[in-house]
Amino acid sequence: MTALGTRRSLSLHPYPRFASPGKRGPRSGRRDEAFPGPRWDRTFPLTSSPSRAPSSASAAPSLSVVSVATAGVPDPEHRSSPQSCCGRPAGLGEKELTSKKRDEFEDILEERRLSSDLRYAMKCYTPVIYKGLSPCKPDAIKSAVLQSEQVQYVIKQLAKEMGESPDIIQEEATEILDEMGHRMQLGAVRFFAFTLSKIFKQLFQRVCVNEEGMQRLQHAIQEHPVVLLPSHRSYVDFLMLSYLLYTYDLALPVIAAGIDFLGMKIVGELLRRAGAFFMRRSFGGNRLYWAVFAEYVKTMLRSGYAPIEFFLEGTRSRTAKTLTPKFGLLSIVMEPFFKREVFDTYLVPISISYERILEESLYAYELLGVPKPKESTSGLLKARRILSDNFGTIHIYVGQPVSLRTLASGRINRCPYNLVPRHLPQKPSEDIQEFVSDVAYKMELLQIENMVLSPWVLVAAVLLQNLPAMEFELLIEKTLWLKGLTQTFGGFIEWPDNLCAKKAVLSGLALHSNIARLADGHVVLNDKGMEDGAVGEMVFRHALAVLMCATYRNQLLNVCVRPGLVALALHMAPSFRKEEVYSCFSFLRDVFSDEFIFFPGISLKDFEEGCFLLTKCDAIQTSQQEIYPTDKGSGTVSFLSAMFRPFVEGYQLIFRYLSKEMKEAFTEKQFIPGVRNFVFQLLEKGSTQCYEALSSDMQKNALSALVQLGAVKKKKMPNGFTYNVNQEAVSKILDMFDARIPVQKPVAARL
Amino acid sequence: MAAAAGEAAGGGGGSPSSARRRLRIISGHLRGSPRAPGRGALSPSPCKAQGGSAGPASGSIPKKRQELLKWNGWGYNDSKFIFNKKGQAEFTGRRYRLGGMVLPTFKEWIEKTFGASLEHKTTSRASLNVNDVPPSIVNEEFLQDLRATKISYSQDAEDRVFRAHGHCLHEIFVLREGMFKRIPDIVVWPVCHEDVVKIVELACKHNLCIIPFGGGTSVSSALECPEEEKRTIISLDTSQMNRILWIDEKNLTACVEAGIVGQDLEKQLAESGFCTGHEPDSMEFSSLGGWVATRASGMKKNIYGNIEDLVIHIKMVTPRGIVEKNCQVPRMSTGPDIHHFIMGSEGTLGVVTEVTIKIRPVPEYQKYGSVVFPNFERGVACLREVAKQRCAPASIRLVDNAQFQFGHALKPQVASIFTSFLDGLKKFYITKFKGFDPNILCVATLLFEGDREKVLQHEKQVYDIATKFGGLAAGEDNGQRGYMLTFVIAYLRDLGLDYYVIGESFETSVPWDRVLDLCRNVKERIVRECKEKGVQFAPLSTCRVTQTYDAGACVYFYFAFNYRGISDPIHVYEQIERAAREEILANGGSLSHHHGVGKLRKRWMKESISDVGLGMLRSVKEYVDPNNIFGNKNLL
Repeated sequence: MTALGTRRSLSLHPYPRFASPGKRGPRSGRRDEAFPGPRWDRTFPLTSSPSRAPSSASAAPSLSVVSVATAGVPDPEHRSSPQSCCGRPAGLGEKELTSKKRDEFEDILEERRLSSDLRYAMKCYTPVIYKGLSPCKPDAIKSAVLQSEQVQYVIKQLAKEMGESPDIIQEEATEILDEMGHRMQLGAVRFFAFTLSKIFKQLFQRVCVNEEGMQRLQHAIQEHPVVLLPSHRSYVDFLMLSYLLYTYDLALPVIAAGIDFLGMKIVGELLRRAGAFFMRRSFGGNRLYWAVFAEYVKTMLRSGYAPIEFFLEGTRSRTAKTLTPKFGLLSIVMEPFFKREVFDTYLVPISISYERILEESLYAYELLGVPKPKESTSGLLKARRILSDNFGTIHIYVGQPVSLRTLASGRINRCPYNLVPRHLPQKPSEDIQEFVSDVAYKMELLQIENMVLSPWVLVAAVLLQNLPAMEFELLIEKTLWLKGLTQTFGGFIEWPDNLCAKKAVLSGLALHSNIARLADGHVVLNDKGMEDGAVGEMVFRHALAVLMCATYRNQLLNVCVRPGLVALALHMAPSFRKEEVYSCFSFLRDVFSDEFIFFPGISLKDFEEGCFLLTKCDAIQTSQQEIYPTDKGSGTVSFLSAMFRPFVEGYQLIFRYLSKEMKEAFTEKQFIPGVRNFVFQLLEKGSTQCYEALSSDMQKNALSALVQLGAVKKKKMPNGFTYNVNQEAVSKILDMFDARIPVQKPVAARL
Repeated sequence: MAAAAGEAAGGGGGSPSSARRRLRIISGHLRGSPRAPGRGALSPSPCKAQGGSAGPASGSIPKKRQELLKWNGWGYNDSKFIFNKKGQAEFTGRRYRLGGMVLPTFKEWIEKTFGASLEHKTTSRASLNVNDVPPSIVNEEFLQDLRATKISYSQDAEDRVFRAHGHCLHEIFVLREGMFKRIPDIVVWPVCHEDVVKIVELACKHNLCIIPFGGGTSVSSALECPEEEKRTIISLDTSQMNRILWIDEKNLTACVEAGIVGQDLEKQLAESGFCTGHEPDSMEFSSLGGWVATRASGMKKNIYGNIEDLVIHIKMVTPRGIVEKNCQVPRMSTGPDIHHFIMGSEGTLGVVTEVTIKIRPVPEYQKYGSVVFPNFERGVACLREVAKQRCAPASIRLVDNAQFQFGHALKPQVASIFTSFLDGLKKFYITKFKGFDPNILCVATLLFEGDREKVLQHEKQVYDIATKFGGLAAGEDNGQRGYMLTFVIAYLRDLGLDYYVIGESFETSVPWDRVLDLCRNVKERIVRECKEKGVQFAPLSTCRVTQTYDAGACVYFYFAFNYRGISDPIHVYEQIERAAREEILANGGSLSHHHGVGKLRKRWMKESISDVGLGMLRSVKEYVDPNNIFGNKNLL
């Protein structure tokens, strides 16, 4: 292959679907005759209304905003605004339930294995850029930020308040900016391109990308400022994404990274030169920092300097379950549109799924309270032994770019920024905050939708319900069955067409031999590191294995959560009466609101979706008043509720701990070890089998659920937050879990 | 009172002398204005030529409008764009400077911009089909009372239809191809204030609806009759109330009847050596009363002010009686200014009959100019600086690149090789030597007015500022053509309609810091909406910053597209215009700078002025006109 050939440049085929009049689909020929002369010779935005874009509808996947919006039954309350795409009713509260066509994947490593990495790193790199871009250097951006009215305003304001000279504060701002700013250099990019090629080839079998997604992205980048929103499971995420964009000759993103990377001496600098900029973990109180940071991000966005990339989840999910979104950065990148400083902004959900997560054991340790090693270069070097390991395949699915303008139409039409100069810092109105939150959840749901599930995920889900050991043949059978079920629920399983189930399971076991193994025709967890250790150590080893295994099952949870909670509610509710089942469902949804991703505020829709999916797989039947499992479907219902059972039990344990042991105000730092010990002792005694309750992630989620339910008061203190338990309220919630108490009031008249 | 302000046209005049006058304004060739002795005949006589069927000779617009003006398009019958036998564009008539000239590049521009083709033509029907016209329903008692007043009236179908519309696209479209559902039942021509008082009294007595009609240049659907109006609709045409009642040279004011159209007002004042300086682009046809009723704005407002700055006193006849002030003073503190209930009331409260307006001596010297900027951003920055230093010339406008090219396409055939050589040289200098991209650069057009010396001084100041923003002086000729564009554009729409191209203009006002964002976003929105609505060719979507103020600017958009292949072009057009307005509002622009609200933009009034604000206006309406005699349903 020639050097040019190795470029996966899409620009050689400039977006066939929107291409020049010649390629315009069958009807256009006729039109050409009828209407001589020029036509839409400029390129056109693709998603202001994706379904209408010429002929792209057939090729593009159907998860576009509009198709999602039109798929479901509109909520009667909102019928008045059928166009609103992120309006509560039509937005992704409901997903498109019919099975959707997704793009094909291409392995980008294949080419790398065949040609020179050095040549690849030195290739001619001329990315497509935003049409309105006036090229500028990173330093020019910095000085533009410093001189901006926004930052100058805050500087003057602070100077006045603190009685200091503006120069001093200006200096401070400069320092912040230097600490934060990226210094993207092509040299560093090429260095990364080279080393990452080497490393990725070593680590992964394949890196699969949906090329159509890359094409859509390429088009979007030229049209409007683009924000990339990848899922976050591993440090590999942003390296991989930049690598990918480089490979496809697209503009490299600037990436919001946690400032802890700066601790890594050389690597931090390298990352900076590859386009990363760094943000402090929390700076809510620091107005100067906020102003400088927000303006920095917005300046890059407005100028279309480069795509901006950040993680909605805020941090790597240790459990492989999507974390609830953070809104700060999202609201910053949305602001230029609200203020109409840009015509539109594209949000691009990107799902990156790993067959085997690089950090899997680190995460498990961390969840069990063994602290996360600080990011350091030496740590990274030590971690190089993993290079000899195999981490399977990565799937990257670049979703349909979502037009913020389309999302906002009908929601945010009255510009709240008209009456105040746009450079003054202004707290977003409640409307806007709610909108930002909806968009954040919507984006995460889109990520989840396109997350690829490997066969191993199914194996893990089955295996966890059948511990300590499961017959191999049965495991295969159940895995196959679960595959069908998951697909019914819209899960995106990448299961090679001709691969028989046995091979799939075996290859999963081979890849994850550290978690489970085959022994005497049975599959068991690989937890026997120290056969004859003390009880405590046995518990720890087992917990480690369970949590690692759970990491894979977890990838399935958000796909199954709506039918799953309905199944659970069917088991919990005192009768099969619809309103009682719904009331249980709605309680579970509230309790698990931090555990799983639900679109805010439409419990009933989630319930209906859950019921619909269960009906679709013949697991339940519904009559006018009742919902009940069918004979055939009781297996499905049991399986689903068992899948979520660890969360119910875990939460019960944690709630019990809170209601019994925590009489006084406490901090999170006290709570986590406390509850861990509590659960640990129960496990040692054998009075519970819920190892997952040891997970600090679950513990934090449970606590925050109680805060949201009002059973725990969270107070801000000078040195962090403290919590106060309302024992009575917590016991009431506990009762809800097991007591089949009758429904208090007709919650769901609309059922 | 029916509309006026539209910046939709200009130039020309009804009689040879007025044509010359207009020519002078447009061409800017100074001609020592003959200090004609003041019209001795001017006298504050109460009323003239009662009941005479022939209108007063002094007015440019006859009672039978169609004798002079197109019935299904803009402007004079004899002035229009055509494609001549050679297929070249040409402007007919002798009223305008462009008259009789061939525009060699225009055809290519129209084909390139719209994908239009000369082979695909639509034709308007040749004349009004009188049988389609809704019948005139007027009760006999009222007719008897009306006859008793000796006020001239007509129930003729043509007279009624030609007062049932303004110049919105959909209205012209209806004239060409359809028929209005509701039109006035009767047209009356009062000749003085007292006539109006009588008509309003009769309407109150018989409970009829009055819709005042001035120049008929409304672009806000203000003249459309509400379909559901069951009462007899009287179109009160003020065109025969067109005298200057007196001129007060000591205070520099003139009292004028409200029906006078702009060109007559200026022509007659000029005979005494004065002018008002109020020149909306529609000034050939729009009336003083219409300006007041819509809060009009003139091109030269930087020197003379907008209508609210010009008006000293207003007399208005309402169902409650006559509203006016007790004195003619420059300013008074007597509670909220009642003039501001009247200005912008759009014919919902009564009929403006007499207006005392400020006058100025006719300026000694006029000079056009133009500046080329490398891009629109720099141009806006320059205008902002000019506004900041408060040194704006009589008019300063910045057109974007598309409009610059548009103007270029209207360049007449050059007379000599020498001129064309000079043009080429100029082009070379700007694009090659100075490195301006001809597809990005934009042009500001300027008009200076005043003492010769001061004009030259002023000119230097403005050009110095422009230089700081990368501007290059580009000559008088370019400036002049820029202003010409504003009056021919309305004629151009009629040409476009013949070739499947429909278009319209709309305006807004916006704070300085949002000008660029608003212009970019609105233009982009239009392009996008066209695409989405299935328009086959990219539209013309262009803007200019047309007025500057201390705190912001007035922005004017032109928007046109080729509608071949679309079954309901007017509906599509209206959807797009509506989207554009939404975009303007979302970008911090106003609902209207000077076109007014009418019925076209009513839906946004509440958000524009708040619930309480709307309530305030409503309560005034309820007090002044409890029976909704002035029932044109504008504004509220």
